[in-house]
Amino acid sequence: MENQLLSIITFLPLVAAIILALFMRGDDAAARQGAKWLALFTTSATFLISLFVLLRFDPSNTGFQFVEDRQWIMGLSYKMGVDGISILFVMLTTFLMPITIYSCWNVETRVKEYMIAFLVLETLMLGVFCALDLVLFYLFFEAGLIPMFLIIGIWGGKDRIYAAFKFFLYTFLGSVLMLVAMIAMYFDAGTTDIVDLLVHDFGSETFSLLGVQVVGGLQTMLFLAFFASFAVKMPMWPVHTWLPDAHVQAPTAGSVVLAAILLKMGGYGFLRFSLPMFPVGSDVMAPLVLWMSAIAIVYTSLVALAQTDMKKLIAYSSVAHMGYVTMGIFAANQQGIDGAIFQMLSHGFISGALFLCVGVIYDRMHTRDIDAYGGLVTRMPAYALVFMFFTMANVGLPGTSGFVGEFLTLMGIFQVNTWVAAVATSGVILSASYALWLYRRVVFGDLIKEALRSITDMDRRERIIFAPLIAMTLILGVYPSLVTDIIGPSVTALVSDYNAALPADGAQLALH
Amino acid sequence: MTSADFQTLLPEIVLSGYAMAALMVGVYTTKDKLAPALVWATAGLFVALALYIGAGGSGERVVFGGLFVDDPFARFAKVTILLAAAAVLVMGQDYMVRRDLLRFEYPILIALAVVGMMVMVSSADLMTLYMGLELQSLSLYVVASLRRDSAKSSEAGLKYFVLGALSSGLLLYGASLVYGYSGTTQFAGILSTVKDGVPLGLLFGLVFMLAGLAFKVSAAPFHMWTPDVYEGSPTPVTAFFATAPKVAAMALIARLVHDAFGGVPGQWGQVLAGLAVASMALGAVAAIGQKDIKRLMAYSSIAHMGYALIGLSVGTAYGVQATMIYMAIYVTMNVGTFAFILSMERNGRPVSDIASLNQFAKVEPLKALAMLVLLFSLAGVPPMLGFFGKFYVLKAAVDAGMVWLAVVGAVASVIGAFYYLRLVYFMYFGAEQEPAESRMAPVQWVMLMAVAAIMLVGVINLFGIEPAAATAAQALVR
Repeated sequence: MENQLLSIITFLPLVAAIILALFMRGDDAAARQGAKWLALFTTSATFLISLFVLLRFDPSNTGFQFVEDRQWIMGLSYKMGVDGISILFVMLTTFLMPITIYSCWNVETRVKEYMIAFLVLETLMLGVFCALDLVLFYLFFEAGLIPMFLIIGIWGGKDRIYAAFKFFLYTFLGSVLMLVAMIAMYFDAGTTDIVDLLVHDFGSETFSLLGVQVVGGLQTMLFLAFFASFAVKMPMWPVHTWLPDAHVQAPTAGSVVLAAILLKMGGYGFLRFSLPMFPVGSDVMAPLVLWMSAIAIVYTSLVALAQTDMKKLIAYSSVAHMGYVTMGIFAANQQGIDGAIFQMLSHGFISGALFLCVGVIYDRMHTRDIDAYGGLVTRMPAYALVFMFFTMANVGLPGTSGFVGEFLTLMGIFQVNTWVAAVATSGVILSASYALWLYRRVVFGDLIKEALRSITDMDRRERIIFAPLIAMTLILGVYPSLVTDIIGPSVTALVSDYNAALPADGAQLALH
Repeated sequence: MTSADFQTLLPEIVLSGYAMAALMVGVYTTKDKLAPALVWATAGLFVALALYIGAGGSGERVVFGGLFVDDPFARFAKVTILLAAAAVLVMGQDYMVRRDLLRFEYPILIALAVVGMMVMVSSADLMTLYMGLELQSLSLYVVASLRRDSAKSSEAGLKYFVLGALSSGLLLYGASLVYGYSGTTQFAGILSTVKDGVPLGLLFGLVFMLAGLAFKVSAAPFHMWTPDVYEGSPTPVTAFFATAPKVAAMALIARLVHDAFGGVPGQWGQVLAGLAVASMALGAVAAIGQKDIKRLMAYSSIAHMGYALIGLSVGTAYGVQATMIYMAIYVTMNVGTFAFILSMERNGRPVSDIASLNQFAKVEPLKALAMLVLLFSLAGVPPMLGFFGKFYVLKAAVDAGMVWLAVVGAVASVIGAFYYLRLVYFMYFGAEQEPAESRMAPVQWVMLMAVAAIMLVGVINLFGIEPAAATAAQALVR
């Protein structure tokens, strides 16, 4: 039973989606309400079961736990399991999904299909974090595009079609290159079992390809193919351009899932595949990745300053925050990776909440234009407070989880590359300026817009949605050991394996 | 000739005998009123033969003095061909009856074409190869122009005939060169000749034969006839073109290159890889601008043939296995897709322009969902079965050290995904307008839903075709 727990968590939402698709007929108010309740009930049940898994999880064991392993086709296996790195992503997903479902309580168009799309998406996201077989991972990773494509395309805004296509094709191109690399790994190692691949030694002898010397050999090639996929997913500068489009056009709940969970798949991929499986390739490419991250932090923060659309601003801020994550991961030391994982979790709560904040006023005014607002504090005091809290968390105010992540990643990178650290730190200041300026323009000032005079404050449902997010952001900000105790041992093992795999004169290998 | 020879050939003999008898009955009795019954009887016979062949013995039998071979590879291909033909036959019946197209000759011609295909995949000699190929082609030329009063349909038939005759000419010329330089028409004899080196003339012959066969599978750059013929033929006939003959021709290529030229994969591997790259690229790019769903499916099939050819071009048993699995998945997807296309109509008239799918999901959510599954499967997005087809051939390419071919295939699949997504876009997010109706005969509905379900459920174990395909490939590649 214990070994099937992860399968149960993963496929429970899918079962609910099938029930909705096949047995729930009609489109009257009762049917719509039924679909919402079923979705809410299922996602909550999933969360409770995953909580049970978390309580039974043993952090001191750095191996995989709750492993289920079955034969599949073509010599592949259906293998699921979690370790210290993946368990919290599973928790993040199950925690946020009920909130997401509850946040779209007022959606009235094609409700049943909407709920089905989110339930299927949850199954696929959980599958990504639990899969311990390369192809199984790819299957979940890639299939997640389908529901998201439909969510943006059907329920999205005015330019939804452009955004949906861009989202799909961008990520699809990245992933198929990864698929070829996976096949090459299968060929090289003779297995697709991630546990075995983690200890397999992929070749790192320099070879010549079309006259170019490939430092790090096969590992560098594989690293680049995986990088194509994860960098797009993260998204890293300069392949981030699909994200603002997708965010702006997606419905609120879609944005929340996209920012809070889907982006984390890229970071998770780096930690699960790139770093441990291709240590030499990672080491060769790390300077490039670090500088790309530093550029991302500064550049996208500046771009965020210039935005007039609230969602676009938060989307660019997400790209900047993901820059800290890649920076922390490729610093490849305990603080850096701890910080990266922490930052991903914290960003999941904060960016999700910020998109929900935009959703609250968008539902009332049907515009995301910053200029259409101003002086909301007089009519919406509760909203102003919540928005203030998450703005501060986004900036990285000590006491909120945003601070811990940024601080740890910067500390990690400082030991590796002081210049990158210096550039990235300036991003902290920039993030304060765009976030506070956004807040000032929307919430403070005089209430002069005629349309805003009758705006109402948050209702009870909206307050309920924000409560758990505020709680998590505060708890993690004040007591970060809650997270680092769980991820710590696994990260330590990852870092020591990584360093052991590098040649003794590792520094000489880097690109010069 | 012994009774064992005839025993081996029993399915082909039964089917030809049935076709002759049905022709006599049709001519001398009620003519077209009999046609619906004939359709079902033919399809029933196909299924029965598929069961007989599938359950039949194992091992390999070469009969009629080395002209005809019955091995696991032939049986795998035959079962696929028969089942696909049966499915296409029954799901087109309603369409043809309502448009007054259903002549009693139609099922008979299809039966004869299927006999031709079965001979093709079992051929062990250049003569048998050509006989089977021509029997198939001549029957198909006729059904392409089945709608005698339509200029488009006649044009399709004529175009198909002229270009088909040209390709047969190429093939025949190549075959004569092969015969001239090896002194035998038997594959086994050719195989032992090429073992001691391939003379230039023989190589020429091989290339000409491959060019002729590339016409039949509509691989670029020999694809020109495909879009026009697909568009002009009545839709049930198009559905047939897209399925069984493709399997037969692909199996025939596999048979020729491995049985006759198996010792020298270096000589034909690059030719097939070139065809594969050209087909994938052209199929992916050219389909983007199409406005007619039948033309789009033509380019889609060109691209799919490119992927199937990857498996053959690597020259390994695993590659052949990958190709056979790819073809089985490909025909299944196409059966489902054409079941849907057959049902598209407006005011009782069939339509095939893509824009008529606008907002289809609002009127027919379930059918749109099934079609969505099929389209993503055609695009090769997991977890649909189409992904596993692509995964197999890409894996075969990487295993054989042809990583560049796998990368080209992967990139082409992204470009290809765009036009399948465009169909999804029309169905789900298209402009508000009156969508096409979809009047579906029950059998079409069953096909569409069954295929969609297969695409999803197949992820569990591919319905166990994997070992069968492996046995088939082992039999061919030694």
